[in-house]
Amino acid sequence: MNLSDSKKKLAIAGVICGLVAACLAYFGNPANMAFCIACFIRDTAGALGMHQAEVVQYARPEIIGLVLGAFIISAATKEYRSTAGSSPMIRFILGMVIMIGSLVFLGCPLRMVIRMSAGDLNAWVALIGFILGVGTGVFALKNGFSLGRAHITNKTSGVVLPALMLGVLVLSTATTLLKASEAGPGSLHAPIIMSLIGGLIFGAVAQKSRMCFAGGIRDVMLMKNFDLLTVIGGLFVVMLIFNIATGKFVLGFNTPGIIAHSEHLWNILGMYAVGFAAVLAGGCPLRQLILAGQGSSDSAVTVLGMFAGAAACHNFGLAASGTAMNAETQEIVAGAVPLNGKVAVIICIAVCFLIAFTNKREKA
Amino acid sequence: MKEVDARGLSCPEPLMLTAAALKGANEAVKVLVTEPHQKMNVEKYAKDHGKKTTSSEIEDGFAVIIE
Repeated sequence: MNLSDSKKKLAIAGVICGLVAACLAYFGNPANMAFCIACFIRDTAGALGMHQAEVVQYARPEIIGLVLGAFIISAATKEYRSTAGSSPMIRFILGMVIMIGSLVFLGCPLRMVIRMSAGDLNAWVALIGFILGVGTGVFALKNGFSLGRAHITNKTSGVVLPALMLGVLVLSTATTLLKASEAGPGSLHAPIIMSLIGGLIFGAVAQKSRMCFAGGIRDVMLMKNFDLLTVIGGLFVVMLIFNIATGKFVLGFNTPGIIAHSEHLWNILGMYAVGFAAVLAGGCPLRQLILAGQGSSDSAVTVLGMFAGAAACHNFGLAASGTAMNAETQEIVAGAVPLNGKVAVIICIAVCFLIAFTNKREKA
Repeated sequence: MKEVDARGLSCPEPLMLTAAALKGANEAVKVLVTEPHQKMNVEKYAKDHGKKTTSSEIEDGFAVIIE
């Protein structure tokens, strides 16, 4: 089975993933978060007690399903390769940058596309930053950027992250050790079994189609290849139809029900950092989970970086707040990026530049 | 035969190195990669540029010969 050898199959892969996201949104996931990698890693980090933000704590079965889905399909189709050794600690930092940038914008590239499909103009503004960030990463690649070679390693190394994810699933279903929000976005979720199956399907399809939100734009810039962008197009169209059909498409900067803010500069800079770091790391947050599932310990370290980034965001007050209605006064309170978050994004961008222009490909 | 050793490199480096090697090449180019999806990407890139490919499995990945 190969979903990446024709544009038609790639578009179908995008449609399947779009349907999964739409279903999960319909059955209880937070409005227009549907299937956000950054938000869901943040929630899972909260469930594990890595941060104490009570409204965003829930072990999201989608994240577990993505990793396990990619693991199972890659093992079944002989694409599982246990590899490691390509600058793991730099990848850890890039994972942190991806998460900090995402939580200042309030969404990963996947959620940016989902928000765009709901008419949220803030996400369209952020897209500018994301494209510029990917472009900067492409510029670095053209100038010889590389994190070096990974090597085939002990087979069990690649199984560790999938096994840990399975452990989180067991803890969340069979014990009361993990935290679970009683209010806020963390309390909104589709039934566990549905989220898990959705994650497994999404993970398997993403593994087979090589779906990557940073890669889609990168490949167009680098070699005028529209393959990966086709997958994203398929997903966008399905979510657009879903939002229009359910009356959730509202064009504007304050689309009701969407957790977002309108600080345009910080939406742009947040996603600039994400796009830049994702190209340097070889893939968007979703792709990192998939690569980790198919055996890359380097991507698994990037995922751990994302967990650490999520914890830092909520422990040090970096994450933005969304525009929301004050239940008591019935007044709309504008969402904002805290000063700490702004400083963090600037540091993240500076770190990306440092990494991009100090790591060069070895001469052949 | 020109050889490109892209084993262990992250995407899109294998494809970038392949593209650079094919530019102005008069001889066959052998590309070594680790991951199956990188093998497919290299094969597809070569075919899109009117070249023929022959792939084989090697100890730690794949060898794609482009001519």
